[in-house]
Amino acid sequence: MAGITISGVVRQFGATPVLQGVSLTVEPGEFMALVGPSGCGKTTLMRIIAGIETADAGEIVIGNRTVTRLRPAERDIAMVFQSYALYPHLTVRENIAVPLAMRRLSTPERMPLLGRLLPGTRAKRAAIGEEVVRAAAPLGLAALLDRRPGQLSGGQRQRVALARAIIRRPAAFLMDEPLSNLDAALRVQTRREIVDIHRAAGVATLYVTHDQAEALTMADKVAVMMGGELLQVASPEAIYADPADLRVAGFIGSPRINTLAAEADAAGRVTVAGLPAGLRTEARGTLTLALRPEALRPAPAGLPAVLEHLEFLGDGLLLHARHAPDGAPLIARLEPEAREGLQPGAALRLGFAPGRALLFGADGRRVATRADAALVAA
Amino acid sequence: MRRLAGEAVAGALMTLPAGIAYLLLLLLPTLATVLLAFTDYELGAPALGWIGLDNFREMLADRGFGVSVRNTVVYVGLVTPVSILGGLGLALLVEAGVKGRAFFRAVFFLPVVSLTVAMAAAWQYLLHPTIGPVNAALRAMGVGTPFWLSSSDTVLLSLAAIGVWESIGFNMVLFMAGLTAIPRELYAAAEVDGARGGFDRFRLVTWPLLGPTTLFVLTISMIRSLRVFDTVAVLTQGGPNKASEVLLFTMYQQGFTYLRLGYSAAITLVFLAVVLALMWVQTRVLDKRVHYA
Repeated sequence: MAGITISGVVRQFGATPVLQGVSLTVEPGEFMALVGPSGCGKTTLMRIIAGIETADAGEIVIGNRTVTRLRPAERDIAMVFQSYALYPHLTVRENIAVPLAMRRLSTPERMPLLGRLLPGTRAKRAAIGEEVVRAAAPLGLAALLDRRPGQLSGGQRQRVALARAIIRRPAAFLMDEPLSNLDAALRVQTRREIVDIHRAAGVATLYVTHDQAEALTMADKVAVMMGGELLQVASPEAIYADPADLRVAGFIGSPRINTLAAEADAAGRVTVAGLPAGLRTEARGTLTLALRPEALRPAPAGLPAVLEHLEFLGDGLLLHARHAPDGAPLIARLEPEAREGLQPGAALRLGFAPGRALLFGADGRRVATRADAALVAA
Repeated sequence: MRRLAGEAVAGALMTLPAGIAYLLLLLLPTLATVLLAFTDYELGAPALGWIGLDNFREMLADRGFGVSVRNTVVYVGLVTPVSILGGLGLALLVEAGVKGRAFFRAVFFLPVVSLTVAMAAAWQYLLHPTIGPVNAALRAMGVGTPFWLSSSDTVLLSLAAIGVWESIGFNMVLFMAGLTAIPRELYAAAEVDGARGGFDRFRLVTWPLLGPTTLFVLTISMIRSLRVFDTVAVLTQGGPNKASEVLLFTMYQQGFTYLRLGYSAAITLVFLAVVLALMWVQTRVLDKRVHYA
């Protein structure tokens, strides 16, 4: 089984650095989501792995072969494009067959009339045809094989693109925002299907998306990229609960994580707006305290806040408040029953368990915290 | 209801100026030509007589007209494929280049915007049997020096070469527009799917996706070359010995030299019929095979 290893990939467009020395490993059989805001360089990285663009420096290994200098055709990969990139003049059947036809048939054998006259072409074409049917059936394309892409819906086109990618059993799948052109309902359904395809094929997959929900739900591992750098590569759970960088914490999770300016005194005691937060740290000076919305709840002790409004979600309740000392917005996710007794405009305190507090240094990197023993003891 | 009727009247009134212009400038002259084709009218003649299909019968019997049709077919048969393939080749080369795209586009497009009649003088000099640079070059290489425009063996070839020179740039610009409309992602997909060389990519992506453009270029090129007239009128006058007489030149001579407007109108009608037939074939038959929506 093959994986993908890239090391030290650098790419510049003119004077603008797009990728600043990116290194990443996708283990054999692993589903890796590469997530980041638009323009962070994730699509460029994927195109460099595919060989459609070249890196200024760095090395790419797919399987056990260094492919940095090879053409896309020789890299043994398959790619699903954001626009699907189906050949509009070919039927679904012919579209799916292209990767096989290109590799198994010689140039004269692929010629429209001449090819049919050459010995062996017919048998090869028949074998390809059977494989196309086998790849198309599980994706529900059996009835559409003789249509052209123009006659298909967006979801159907997407499946054709998937079928074209899986037919050849490549060493790696690359998917570039394959779901971004689908409507919301279809997107959720197709997520599941892509994960199933990946599991059945067992091939290292790199999946580029700007949608953190896709990344968290589908992937074995998530790589968060910003400004041409990888900030963190970890399991979805770790990315969410244990972000290594303030930008990762801010990008992953909806509603967005709450952040408050904090301070560590000479003894390492953390204070927020002068009030003790019940935390200790090795770091000193200016810090940022980050709290997930579900980590906050109204409590007898905690951050002083003013309730602004409540947002009822059916299965939950979002409490929007402002931190009383500095006016920073705070959002808490509560159970719907918690509405009882909450009045907009009222002052309240929002408490949190020390274990759920995330502390970041002035440089945005995570710093270790522990509960303030004095408070815990009390 | 009343309001709807009022709107209809207002609409009709507003289209009236365009309608009248269309009637006066297009429909009536065409109709007049069609009617003239069935008469023996000569310019300045006091009367005209309805002679039915006599003009067309004369055409079929006239050896000169036969030669003119044959020459036109040969000319179109030479100019159309060469200017299309040449235009496509140039477009691919210019698009593939990193630098000088605008420069080459301008250079090859120049013949299209220049005045053919004026450029014909330059061609006459270039192809002159004794003082022309083309033959001077051939002489230097020790090859024979043909009488380009004054020998019946080479005159059509020479005119066709000028015709190609005239339209190759136009076709190139059309193909360049077609090329820029092809999504880049398709080339990337073709590469990933295993298209290694330029020829594979051309066969898989470029050629099929240029289908609509090629159809348009084919239509335009055929009609443009079918209409060849000014180079013939300026350079050869249909000669030597009718070797370069083409359809429109015959029509012009009959109508404006011999003043036989009836016969000339009949030739025009044949010309129109050929153009319409070509357009019909192209829209009905080929169109189905190049649009993929």
